[in-house]
Amino acid sequence: MSSLLFDQSIAYDITRPPAAAAPLSLDSLPAGVTARVLNVNGMGAVARRLMEMGVVPGAPVRVIKAAPLGDPIEVRVRNYHLAVRRSEAQTISVVISDR
Amino acid sequence: MSTTLESPSRLSEQATVESAARPLTVALAGNPNAGKTSLFNALTGLRQKVANYPGVTVERKEGVWPLAPELPHARLIDLPGLYSLDAASIDEQIARDVLTGKVAGTPAPDVIVAAVDATNLERNLYLVTQLLEMGRPLVIALTMVDLAEGDGLEIDEKKLSDALGVPVVAVVARQRRGIEELARAVVVAAEEPAPGTNWCLSARAEEEITNLSGAGGRETALRDLYADEWPSEEKRREAVRQARERLSQGNPRWWQEPLTARYGWIEEVATGVVRGAKQGRQRTSATERIDALVTHKFFGPIILLLVMLLVFQTIFSWATLPMDLIDKSFGALADTLRGRMPAGLLTDLLADGVIAGVGGVLVFLPQILLLFFFISLLEDSGYMARAAFLMDRLMRGVGLHGKAFMPLLSSFACAIPGIMATRTIENPKDRLATIMIAPFMSCSARLPVYTLMIAAFFSERKLFGFISVGALIILSMYLLGIVVAIIVGWILKHTILKAPPPPLVLELPPYRVPNFVNVAQQMRSRSWLFVKRAGTVILAISILLWALATFPRATTSPQAGADQTIAQSAQGNGAEASTQAVQQGNGEAPGGVDKGEQVRQSFAGQLGRLIEPAIAPLGFDWKMGIGLIASFAARETLVSTLSIVYNVGADGKEDSPSLIEAVRDAKRPDGTPAWTPLVAVSMMVFFVLACQCMSTLAVVRRETNSWRWPIFMLGYMFVLAYVASFLTYQGGRLLGLS
Repeated sequence: MSSLLFDQSIAYDITRPPAAAAPLSLDSLPAGVTARVLNVNGMGAVARRLMEMGVVPGAPVRVIKAAPLGDPIEVRVRNYHLAVRRSEAQTISVVISDR
Repeated sequence: MSTTLESPSRLSEQATVESAARPLTVALAGNPNAGKTSLFNALTGLRQKVANYPGVTVERKEGVWPLAPELPHARLIDLPGLYSLDAASIDEQIARDVLTGKVAGTPAPDVIVAAVDATNLERNLYLVTQLLEMGRPLVIALTMVDLAEGDGLEIDEKKLSDALGVPVVAVVARQRRGIEELARAVVVAAEEPAPGTNWCLSARAEEEITNLSGAGGRETALRDLYADEWPSEEKRREAVRQARERLSQGNPRWWQEPLTARYGWIEEVATGVVRGAKQGRQRTSATERIDALVTHKFFGPIILLLVMLLVFQTIFSWATLPMDLIDKSFGALADTLRGRMPAGLLTDLLADGVIAGVGGVLVFLPQILLLFFFISLLEDSGYMARAAFLMDRLMRGVGLHGKAFMPLLSSFACAIPGIMATRTIENPKDRLATIMIAPFMSCSARLPVYTLMIAAFFSERKLFGFISVGALIILSMYLLGIVVAIIVGWILKHTILKAPPPPLVLELPPYRVPNFVNVAQQMRSRSWLFVKRAGTVILAISILLWALATFPRATTSPQAGADQTIAQSAQGNGAEASTQAVQQGNGEAPGGVDKGEQVRQSFAGQLGRLIEPAIAPLGFDWKMGIGLIASFAARETLVSTLSIVYNVGADGKEDSPSLIEAVRDAKRPDGTPAWTPLVAVSMMVFFVLACQCMSTLAVVRRETNSWRWPIFMLGYMFVLAYVASFLTYQGGRLLGLS
């Protein structure tokens, strides 16, 4: 019962789009889909911190879920979980790499 | 030690002996949540001391590490957790400054031990690449290896050590696995600078670096070219500026090169040394399963609410008993003192000033300890980050950070731990804004005031026959504080603390069973800092307030002027009676000066009369003015001060029938009642908004390292309180209320 209610990966599998090579921003990446970072387009301290945390071009990322109010979003990168605001996620372009 | 003055050349045989005999300074660095604290505790046992770094409130933890029987003990400095040497928060800045030997009183470490979380290798290695670039002796302590093994994640320490060029020791702090090996590695490493890393940038960037590598070498060139701050020397600055310009023309993302290159190097290192990464998802998925519920759209906020309720319920129900106990023992101590010492000013000073002052500090301790217990528990388990994740959107509406949520929440119990918990907020302006609004949260010290007012005027009233008006009023007071905090926060963030909305880049660490030794130590060290730092200021102000209420000495006749003989009351019958009056709070002592009379005639009383014209528009008379003045030390003082002023006994409780009666019966000179329901509401509004807590001000002074902010806080909150009380009272009168 609980897994039906809470296991989001099941729910999102249905809506998983087919693999596409077109870049999109991290905040529009559907949850549960693995992608690779193409570019970090932001500037200044935030962009630097994001990259220090491992969000560099080529790194695999996956959106886990959004917070109850839709923002921030939880992202899995380099075997750990990171919360970022949508405004920051927008500055990161990714390419879906999921089969 | 005593033999030579030669400068130790690092690689010579002699230097080895030399530095082995000298106590080493070792710094423990690592990412947040990398198991640094547990390792520090395992290495030092309980031989550690906690203080602050000069000028800031970043905790400075230092311990003694007995490396080996034949060697002198090493100084082990536990640094605040950091992700990178390019600092984002004060914590990170301090850690970096200690590592580079820039902090006064802390020598540059001989060896750096980097705690690296085996379950999160790649990101943890980022800091390691920067430490390697520094070229200082470095040893890697691979932590959480037991957890990694549980995941089927195997890390080849030998290979990792070969790839990094520095010793790697796997440790499990709880089982003391690898502790001796780590000590040995540190002793050996003290002689060898780290080899550095060998990642390369684009040809273009490498060319600029070669040009800039003068005397300082590659490391300095890299730092100057890519760091946020500019070199201080002008010629160098200009050279760096031109180099940056050339690079940015070729590639707008030129500054990302070293970051990408470091991670490229890390990936290479990691692929060679990690085995079984596929199965490594097991434990993470346990965290994910918990998060499926804890950060769920619907259940997440409910769980947060339940956690908050539990914390507050516990604080309010558990803390009362020790608080009463502390209160009573200090009362008893004062009484004993009075019994033993001859009556007089010195006794009064010790009993009413010093003991009452110390008691006033310590009475908060149970609540503060409990709050710190919960804060540490929530932090250690990983829940705190989730609370910030859940609340960030709401907090951003105010212009604040999700991390501001927990400090503000704690402030409902007591603003002091709340303000101390703002340290995790990176941006100093956001941190200040959070500190500035924290005292609006109705803390537990306001409750006695609310309780007295409600008990005196609203206890029997019901709305629609079943809703208690008193409960409604208390609820509105809490809401008033929250609404004002939101407005003030918004205004501050758009004026003097103007800054773009703070970014949120927050790690959600895996859930872990809290380590109770760590939690206990955090409680101890934070509370001790509070007692030490705030305590001294509070004690000083307590003595000042005592003096205000004690001088000039009242004369026997209530009608007598202040210029009449003071000596009379200070000795003989009068003084004895006065002592008795103080002890029993009894105003009927014949032939003596009761305490109420003393207060009425003191400077405090005179001040009360002096400010009466100013507070009359709020509905307050001069006796309430005395209460207001006294309550600037601490809010709950209003209750005891009113008890003294109305002669109902100094130990009057907020729900004591005599005090409630006295408040109801108090008259103005013209015979009308001094207190009305409207005056009571006006008083409560004042207490919601005014910063009547010297402990808070003392802590703000500590946290901001200046008197400017506490004075600003005191001032603007007072103005707000005055205006709001004025509007409440005058508006209420216009509406025909009384």
